[in-house]
Amino acid sequence: MSATTAENKVAVASQRQLIWWRFRKHKLALVSAFIVAAFYLVAMFADTIAYTEPFDTQSARSYIPPQPITWFDADGHFHPTVNALKGKRDPRTFKLSYAPDPGETRDLVLFGHGYEYRLFGLIPTDIHLLGVSNSRPQDALFLLGTDQLGRDVFSRLVLASRTSLTIGLVGVVMSLVLGVLLGGISGLYGGWIDVVIQRVIEILRSIPTIPLWMGLAAAVPNSWTPQQVYFVITLIISLIGWTELARVVRGRFLALREEDFITAAELAGASQMRIIFKHMVPSFLSHIIAAVSLALPAMIISETTLSFLGLGLRPPAISWGVLLQDAQNLQTLALAPWLLVVALPVIVVILAFNFLGDGLRDAADPYG
Amino acid sequence: MADEPILSVRDLHTHFFADEGVVRAVDGTSFDLHSGRTLGIVGESGCGKSVTAKSILRIVERPGRIVSGQIMLRRQNGSTVDLTTLPTDGREMRSIRGGEIGLVFQEPMSSLSAFHTIGNQLMEGIRLHKDLSKRAIREQAIELLNMVGIPRPAQRIDSYSFELSGGLRQRVMIAMALAAEPRVLIADEPTTALDVTTQAQILDLIRRLQQERDLAVMLITHDMGVIAEMADDVVVMYLGKEVEKGPVDEIFHAPRHPYTQSLLRSIPSVLAEPRSRLATITGSIPHPFARPGGCPFHPRCPDRHDVCEIIVPAEVVIGENHVTACHLYTKVPA
Amino acid sequence: MLAYLVRRVGLAVITIWAITIVTFIILQLPPGDFVDAYVAQASAMGTAISAGEAAALRHAYGLDQSVWVQYYKWMAHIVHGEFGQSFEYGRPVTEVIGDRLWLTILLSIGAIIVTWGLALPIGIYSAVRQYSIGDYIFTFIGFVGLAVPNFLLALIIMYVGLRVFNVSVGGLFSSEFQLAPWSWAKVWDLAGHLPVPMLILALAGTAQLVRIMRANLLDELRRPYVVTARARGLSERRVIMKYPVRAALNPFASTIGYLLPYTVSGSVIISVVLSLPTVGPLLLHSLISQDMLLGSTIILMLGVLTVFGTLLSDLLLMWIDPRIRLGQLK
Repeated sequence: MSATTAENKVAVASQRQLIWWRFRKHKLALVSAFIVAAFYLVAMFADTIAYTEPFDTQSARSYIPPQPITWFDADGHFHPTVNALKGKRDPRTFKLSYAPDPGETRDLVLFGHGYEYRLFGLIPTDIHLLGVSNSRPQDALFLLGTDQLGRDVFSRLVLASRTSLTIGLVGVVMSLVLGVLLGGISGLYGGWIDVVIQRVIEILRSIPTIPLWMGLAAAVPNSWTPQQVYFVITLIISLIGWTELARVVRGRFLALREEDFITAAELAGASQMRIIFKHMVPSFLSHIIAAVSLALPAMIISETTLSFLGLGLRPPAISWGVLLQDAQNLQTLALAPWLLVVALPVIVVILAFNFLGDGLRDAADPYG
Repeated sequence: MADEPILSVRDLHTHFFADEGVVRAVDGTSFDLHSGRTLGIVGESGCGKSVTAKSILRIVERPGRIVSGQIMLRRQNGSTVDLTTLPTDGREMRSIRGGEIGLVFQEPMSSLSAFHTIGNQLMEGIRLHKDLSKRAIREQAIELLNMVGIPRPAQRIDSYSFELSGGLRQRVMIAMALAAEPRVLIADEPTTALDVTTQAQILDLIRRLQQERDLAVMLITHDMGVIAEMADDVVVMYLGKEVEKGPVDEIFHAPRHPYTQSLLRSIPSVLAEPRSRLATITGSIPHPFARPGGCPFHPRCPDRHDVCEIIVPAEVVIGENHVTACHLYTKVPA
Repeated sequence: MLAYLVRRVGLAVITIWAITIVTFIILQLPPGDFVDAYVAQASAMGTAISAGEAAALRHAYGLDQSVWVQYYKWMAHIVHGEFGQSFEYGRPVTEVIGDRLWLTILLSIGAIIVTWGLALPIGIYSAVRQYSIGDYIFTFIGFVGLAVPNFLLALIIMYVGLRVFNVSVGGLFSSEFQLAPWSWAKVWDLAGHLPVPMLILALAGTAQLVRIMRANLLDELRRPYVVTARARGLSERRVIMKYPVRAALNPFASTIGYLLPYTVSGSVIISVVLSLPTVGPLLLHSLISQDMLLGSTIILMLGVLTVFGTLLSDLLLMWIDPRIRLGQLK
């Protein structure tokens, strides 16, 4: 009875309405959608949000711990400041090292000036979201500390998210093309083509992927530019992603072929193209979107994993995996635990994608 | 009808509490089951027939719940118990399920587990209610299969449900429902999923077993033909309410409620004029959350009056054991 | 049943063959062949190898022949169990791998057992008590388990172990046993080190399987056969455990087909992070130093073992599912 009541209720709503209703019920998915959007915004404006040249190394500033922000001044007024750093020379080794100077503060300002870059690769500017009023940002701001080479972790993290998030996106697009094409052919034509494609998918899925990628990625010559490596790595990780998408597409095609409205359209004399694009694609578009949002985090994990192992992107390229590589051994972690902060955005974005994908998948099947 | 009923349902209300609102799946129904007689419950799908059956067995799924009413069962030892007061998963209720009331469910295809042999499931029913040796249980199970007309029962007992045809499966279901010799059999659309010939065989089987065992049968169906063939008494349900109740002859020959009349008109007949249109009931069952006020049938009723939209009609006695809930037969308040 | 068997075995054979091809490609991918590498290595050590000698070596190894012939020869060696020499270690590849392969298998199988042991009861609980607080908690933990890449989890646990508990969770043996021959004491030591990596490895798989089990069981709980079982007078607990759980177990068991490759993959990574003496770190090292014979052998072995494992689980599935056994399902 409860099932029939639900059926009756949904019988009067349009497909899109239903999907929206179902999705809205998933509060977590809704929140996740905003988080994902925020991450991609950060990736778009990465250069603006970063305040220090991410490649700016200075060995003297190695492993500076994260710098706390003082939000209010002594009178209780809102007046964010950070402590300036003071260089000290070790009396025995004569090595210069920096430590916060409690006596001297720098004002934190919005839209300060820093290194020069091109916004969206077009507009030359030196405006950054954050800056300090009375010195260069790279001398004063270390919100998340520095790494061994004295590079600012915050700025690198922001720029790394651009690489890692887009590599997932590009990888998914490649997988999608492969998956929709092969899954569609498989589901639409059936017969021996379907059998062959299904077997290929089964075979690909039964091979442990990570050793395989490692082998493929290891073959990328050291002499290649970061762009070339980026492209090849994306290609390698999209090689696995497509099987799942192909499975989804094929499943939808097969299910839809049996549906009454498709039979009705066929009987009404609609052409095959019309049936596919007018009737079938709209009814499984939502499934595809859901599958994509579930495939994306897998791609991000893949890139991060490969780069972490030193087989994916390599320095000077910056990605989450590359940054995490710095945090690989215990000695470093003991010395500079803040390097592990990179794990946070990785976990948050993957979690958000999963919730989002789950909400979308549930919503895509309003009758299920 | 002089004997005492074995099971009597009084003003039963079973509601489903969904997020979107409350669905009154069963909303006030009363009837009696007598040994050796068949009560037919008829209505369109979604009118609360199956929920009534599940309510009697206390197996209504969440978020459904019996809200009020009584289900009085006269037990084998002569005592009477109100099933609505028993804990759902308690020992007494479990001994009644299968032990005193057997259920044949509407889908023979999926009502049996595909992972267990039919013998396994059948013997389970016997074992739960009878204290017998393993051997005796198996013998009895084979005997049951034989009784419901399954050829080569000694071999079939070890087969899986998917190895049997739909008709055979439904026979197994009946054997299972009767495994512990209950005195009440509830058959929920037992023939809906079967072809016509098999349908007739299954109905014959139920009738034969009823005679042999003096069973009280509650037959749930949407098919007026099945009712005509099987039932002694009929309850017509619409949106969880009973709209008319009476002996089968009166229901068929002198239906009073407009809904019963429409149902009977919508039966195709070979005697009808060629090329004449089959009468249908106008409109469709309303949305469960948007239940009409007053008489639930009024939006589709050909004989409606203004009062029907406001006041729920009370039951009116038409004849001996024949009642209906319709304003046409009440004195309309001025 | 026979058809199913033939199909499964056939697919396994084709998969293994596909793995050998992929492995061979990996072997061939790096620029230059291994004679180049050998020459470079030799000259680094001060021994010059002339072009003539190099050509002779190439001929000896069949490197001057077509790719197909090379593949054939390579396969012929492998079928006889000859995997060649590791450049890096100067010893036969099989010797370098040694116990590491068995430790990898042990870790992976252990992780799969943990995965099932956790996912089954949690999945049943979450389905039967759908939308209860416990269900929400498990669902949330599951999502976190899915979202945290296992190398990160290993890294975090290692850090927490060091900082909070002041213990090092790396390795599979205590230092005194690392090079010792096998003994009961060493086995016991191993048993003490295994749980942490097993749990880390099992977490993501568990999260997935819980979701699968929960969804399957929720489906099954709505089936009519559950109602008929209830109507027979069975207690609720018995109803659920005997019928829907049994039915939901099958798709659950068949997940080993990808759980196994997934776990083997994961073991490689977390072994690198936790420096476990499995083939993982060896594979990484060999790939970075372009010791391709060693690297490709490891990839081949992991792939083939995974296929065998999957095949075994398929056969098991066939044995427990009457529908497959009686030829109803293919």
